Amino acid sequence: MSGPIVAGKPVGMEVSIAIAEAAKLADVDIVAAYPITPQTHIVEHLAEIVADGDLDAEFIPVESEHSAMSVCCGTSAAGARTFTATSSQGLALMHEILFIASALRLPIVMAVANRSLSGPISIWNDHSDVMANRDVGWVQVFAENGQESLDLTIWAFRLAEDKRVSLPVMVNFDGFMLSHVVEPVTLPDAETVRKFLPPFEPLQRLDVDQPRSFGPVGIPDIYTEAKKAQLQTLLDSYGPILETWAEFEQVFGRQYRPIETYRAEDAELLMLTMGGLGETAMSVVDERRAKGEKVGLVRIRLWRPFPFAEFKRAIAGCKALAVLDRAISFGGPLGPVASEVKAALYADAHRPPIVEFVVGLGGRDVTFADFHRMWDETAAAARTGQVPAPRMVGLRE
Amino acid sequence: MAAQSAQPKWTELAVGTAITVPGSARFNRTGDWRSVRPVWDHAKCIRCGVCVVYCPEGCIGWNAQGYPDADLEYCKGCGICARECWTTCIRQVEEEV
Repeated sequence: MSGPIVAGKPVGMEVSIAIAEAAKLADVDIVAAYPITPQTHIVEHLAEIVADGDLDAEFIPVESEHSAMSVCCGTSAAGARTFTATSSQGLALMHEILFIASALRLPIVMAVANRSLSGPISIWNDHSDVMANRDVGWVQVFAENGQESLDLTIWAFRLAEDKRVSLPVMVNFDGFMLSHVVEPVTLPDAETVRKFLPPFEPLQRLDVDQPRSFGPVGIPDIYTEAKKAQLQTLLDSYGPILETWAEFEQVFGRQYRPIETYRAEDAELLMLTMGGLGETAMSVVDERRAKGEKVGLVRIRLWRPFPFAEFKRAIAGCKALAVLDRAISFGGPLGPVASEVKAALYADAHRPPIVEFVVGLGGRDVTFADFHRMWDETAAAARTGQVPAPRMVGLRE
Repeated sequence: MAAQSAQPKWTELAVGTAITVPGSARFNRTGDWRSVRPVWDHAKCIRCGVCVVYCPEGCIGWNAQGYPDADLEYCKGCGICARECWTTCIRQVEEEV
């Protein structure tokens, strides 16, 4: 990038660059990252910003993602505002350290350009990477477009560093579909961001004057209690998530909710998406609405902690729900999101027929025609009460 | 080990299960892992202190007679002192139950 980027008005910007600019606006102290497609442009741009002296931060080049996350744990524990980004195999390589970041309550922020996992080798977009890291104890959100990717990255620091939370936050956005797309993005000015995001005051830090050990052994007498404390902290982050999103709306004028809907109020048929696919899904809802069909969209913004109550409110009264998954739980009930929402509804009186689709694996396009077929099948399920078996959309057979 | 009831409740743990008391490892007397213990032959010992330096537990000090001796509250019987001793004056003697 060359030349200053004007704050306060929409400019065409690659979404990866917008995320790097968000980290700059958040005035991070440390970036430790290893480049991996399709996250590379974020890291490259941040390296440039730091090298040019536009951001007073240390850029720590590392030899792997395992080292990147390990460095992040160390710098965050030392009290530095820490950012990293990765994707796919890189996230997989970080896996064991992700648990440590959350267990030690380290407020690291990470952008994940969602990508499939090998093999066969695939650099393209789906949610296999994040689903394999569902249970690492991080707060996990999904962006649907460039503005949301930028907004959520800034917000992630605010939430992560909230003393009631002090947990790492993962901002998911679709690889290529978003990361490499130029979108209109409005950058907030640095002063406004500073007001929203005060300097990082850690709950505790590595400090020679107040020595403490991070990451000790948890013997069988302690481990259960340690996990309960960690779980409760993640569940209790729900309140601060709502509060900080309300604050974000006040300051920046854009609203975020754990579950977001589109034309869902009077909808008889609903479709559930997570991530960038929601944008196409909204356009298809418009087409079906134009034909008089009462259809609407439910989008998961907050994946962890899962917003059970808001989800149930959003689907109350629908006659059938289509759930779109972008990953496979091998040998399980096919889609991890569908499996989750079904479990959420098990004890409830209102359990609409749920039609499960796995779509867009390894970068496969999900077209308007695909969406219309899924809507047709969902309408048929509502009409007949016959729910088809979960299936992979677009599969040649 | 303390009784079950003396253990902290989940609400009582430090943030991230951090240990907030420095040097607290010494409260945990780990010597009961030991199956053998070092015994010095004072006739051969030249009091060079190599065993003191090499002990990974830092549990070998000097006794009143000026000879090295292991604090058996912490000595795990690893045998590094016996292996490193220049005069082979340290014998690893089996602990009797």
